Amino acid sequence: MSRSFRAELVKLVRRPAAWLLLAITLALSLIFTYLFPYAGVAGGADGPNTDRALPAMLPDHLVGNSLGGLPVFLGAILLILGVLVVGGEYGWGTWKTVLTQGPTRLQVYAGKVLALAVAALAVVFAVFAVGAVASVVIASAEAQPVRWPLAADLLTGVGAGWLIATMWAMLGAVLAVALRAVALPVGLGLVWMLAVQNLLAAIAAPLVDWVATAQRGLPGPNAGALAAALGAPGDTPGVAATVGGGQATVVVAAYLVGFAAVGAALLRRRDID
Amino acid sequence: MNLPVQTEGLTKRYGGLTAVRDLDLTVRPGEVYGFLGPNGAGKTTTLRMLLGLVRPSAGTVRLFGRTPGAGRLAGVGALIEGPAFYPYLSGRENLRVLACYTGAGADRVALVLDLVDLADRAGDRYTGYSLGMKQRLGVAAALLKDPRLLILDEPTNGLDPAGMADMRTLIRRLGAAGCTVLVSSHLLGEVEQVCDRVGVIARGRMVAEGSVAELRGAAGLRLLADPLDEAAARARELVGADRVRVVDGGLELAVEPDRAAWLNTELVGAGLAVRELRPRERDLEQVFFDLVERGTADVA
Repeated sequence: MSRSFRAELVKLVRRPAAWLLLAITLALSLIFTYLFPYAGVAGGADGPNTDRALPAMLPDHLVGNSLGGLPVFLGAILLILGVLVVGGEYGWGTWKTVLTQGPTRLQVYAGKVLALAVAALAVVFAVFAVGAVASVVIASAEAQPVRWPLAADLLTGVGAGWLIATMWAMLGAVLAVALRAVALPVGLGLVWMLAVQNLLAAIAAPLVDWVATAQRGLPGPNAGALAAALGAPGDTPGVAATVGGGQATVVVAAYLVGFAAVGAALLRRRDID
Repeated sequence: MNLPVQTEGLTKRYGGLTAVRDLDLTVRPGEVYGFLGPNGAGKTTTLRMLLGLVRPSAGTVRLFGRTPGAGRLAGVGALIEGPAFYPYLSGRENLRVLACYTGAGADRVALVLDLVDLADRAGDRYTGYSLGMKQRLGVAAALLKDPRLLILDEPTNGLDPAGMADMRTLIRRLGAAGCTVLVSSHLLGEVEQVCDRVGVIARGRMVAEGSVAELRGAAGLRLLADPLDEAAARARELVGADRVRVVDGGLELAVEPDRAAWLNTELVGAGLAVRELRPRERDLEQVFFDLVERGTADVA
């Protein structure tokens, strides 16, 4: 499996699309977590997220600010990455090329899962790093003291961020295996994350009890609850304390494992066209 | 003895369609085996089952005596249904990624690029390759493991005549070096030139198997002589009545071609005017079409 992991890492690192997704992730994180809110504070404008107080953008809020995007928009990018890593093999017809070299399907898949987990960790680190720099710049500009979160809180935050990011990447992977393509899994995944989840939360859950109850078991609300438990701003889309942090951690981890396992089972069982 | 390839009753069904039916295929060590059949006959499906890409509906596959499972493809290289690589990588980078799976080193990558005459363009992006270059890269990937068994599915697709000749030379060279080669094709000339043995598949069934000479059937002689009736009678006396047929205004004699001189002497000595006497060889293409037609009719 270490050979497959190495091969997958090489493919990922050499793939321009992976770097483009990372750049978009960091740009979105910077713009929506710091740039627009700070512009609002500095210019006194009204609008979404512009009502955040200056203290919320300072380094001691780094953990919550870095996790805020993962339940929805940064998560969507991780989902796309998961689809690309697994679905690309279907799109280019390279499954046969790889498998005829000798590794089993599960060895290749495990290599992909591990590579995605590493990529998710790298993305989370990068989001934290960009957030740290942005918050220090804001603190300096506003002559505010620079106070960092405790190391344990940072570690917990990175761990939770990795859990959420990897879960979305695994959702992308399982969709790619299930649909044996790239475009359709990306489309359906984004529709789920950006539209259906929000419609359920904003429209269905307040009206129908069982939907509200079911929400507590869905991946998005649990990712949002986990981020909220660690200080993500409540006005960020997808972030809401619908369940406790402990339950959210267990549910998100269960989805991560479940998505990966279903993908493995489907890949193992089906013919490679 | 562990044969490189051995299938028994291999069958693949897709719903109501049987793509491969009860196929027994044996490839012996060191031979170049041609797997011949028209498009859609089941060649690629069979090869995919050999490599574990497609699961058989029934029957067994053994490569060097191993049944499906981890490590079954050790010593086996393959190019199946056209080359497929990562478009954002160069030819060399693609092979290096694949070498990660096999543990092959940079030396081996350089060697196989050289073998398929792609070393000069190995640094170019795969997307910039011509179809022929892509095909050669596919063969290079199949050779990465220094295979004992090489499975090539239509390896000359997209190659120009020079490239096709190079491919035939490569296959012959690999065969001469002791590598067993299973090559599928619908190009008869290609198979005829490189293969020791040939299997013909039609509608998913093996309809004939043997050497090219065996498939052609017995050789003979074609005779044009006047008067034809007397020539036929004399020929029957000389070689036996059951070996002489009147076909298209001439005679077909089921005798070894090296008896032509003796036969000519006898016929001329009998006062017959011999206008033409030449070896008769069945056209492989005709043999192929006959076999496929017969196989198709049998299935129907």
